[in-house]
Amino acid sequence: MDVPGLYNYWIVVVLMMIGFYVVIAQGNLVKKIFGLNIFQVGVFVFYISMAKVKGGTAPILDGGIEVYSNPLPHVLILTAIVVGIATMALGLALVVRIRDAYGTIEEDEIETQEGELP
Amino acid sequence: MAVTGLAMVRLRNLFAVVMLSGIFSLSAATLYVVLDAVDVAFTEAAVGAGIATVLGIATLAVVRTEMEKVQKRSVVGPLLIVLVTGVALIYGTLDMPHYGDPAAPIHHHVAPRYIEDSGREVGIPNIVTSVLASYRGYDTLGETAVIFTAAVGVMVLLGRGRRRRRQDQREKRREAAE
Repeated sequence: MDVPGLYNYWIVVVLMMIGFYVVIAQGNLVKKIFGLNIFQVGVFVFYISMAKVKGGTAPILDGGIEVYSNPLPHVLILTAIVVGIATMALGLALVVRIRDAYGTIEEDEIETQEGELP
Repeated sequence: MAVTGLAMVRLRNLFAVVMLSGIFSLSAATLYVVLDAVDVAFTEAAVGAGIATVLGIATLAVVRTEMEKVQKRSVVGPLLIVLVTGVALIYGTLDMPHYGDPAAPIHHHVAPRYIEDSGREVGIPNIVTSVLASYRGYDTLGETAVIFTAAVGVMVLLGRGRRRRRQDQREKRREAAE
């Protein structure tokens, strides 16, 4: 087993775990959403690095080029980036509403406020 | 990139976190260029580094919170979960095809057909564009539906808050007049 050929997946795993840690460990809602963003970029890098072919070029047709990288993951990730920004906008809008309702964007304080209610 | 990500975890100034996320997206875009995905790099630079940063700053302006409060709960539990998941994922990658391997299964399904025939069938030199708009046009249709839903959701969420605040102000004014 030739392990160094797998380093791109390990970079992806590190990125995803940083994002995952932010999402589950941090209490601030804005930071949580940006952590989700890091996780997303990890998944994108995973797809794009799978599409790479050694010695290939960008998938734009031109005479004299024989090896192209795989265009399909590029298309999927193009869609995913735009959908990701849409969900992020929705999440940030929810944060703004939570701030209106509770006066804070810290998870702990929201929980204590909920506890004080009868 | 990982360094920027780690800095985002440690920093408590939310404004700096948003700015770092812009840098993070930009380095991701550079990485995509290196990996031959120029279209994705364009999108990431415009959407990830541009729009996401603007959205983040706008949210911070509305929320008016610069600093994050210090955490009281322990970090051991989440760290343990993250480490276990990470090790499991790395174990899962041991069977994966190598980086840049032309024999990987991903390159032997529909991709060769797109590369060989799209120039003749669609007539656009950029294969990504022809796949996006022609072969997988329904994906793009679904994507626009998702964006529309998200936009409606944002407008509903934010619009209601504004309206209520305006109502409160009107009531206050009425009370003051009485």
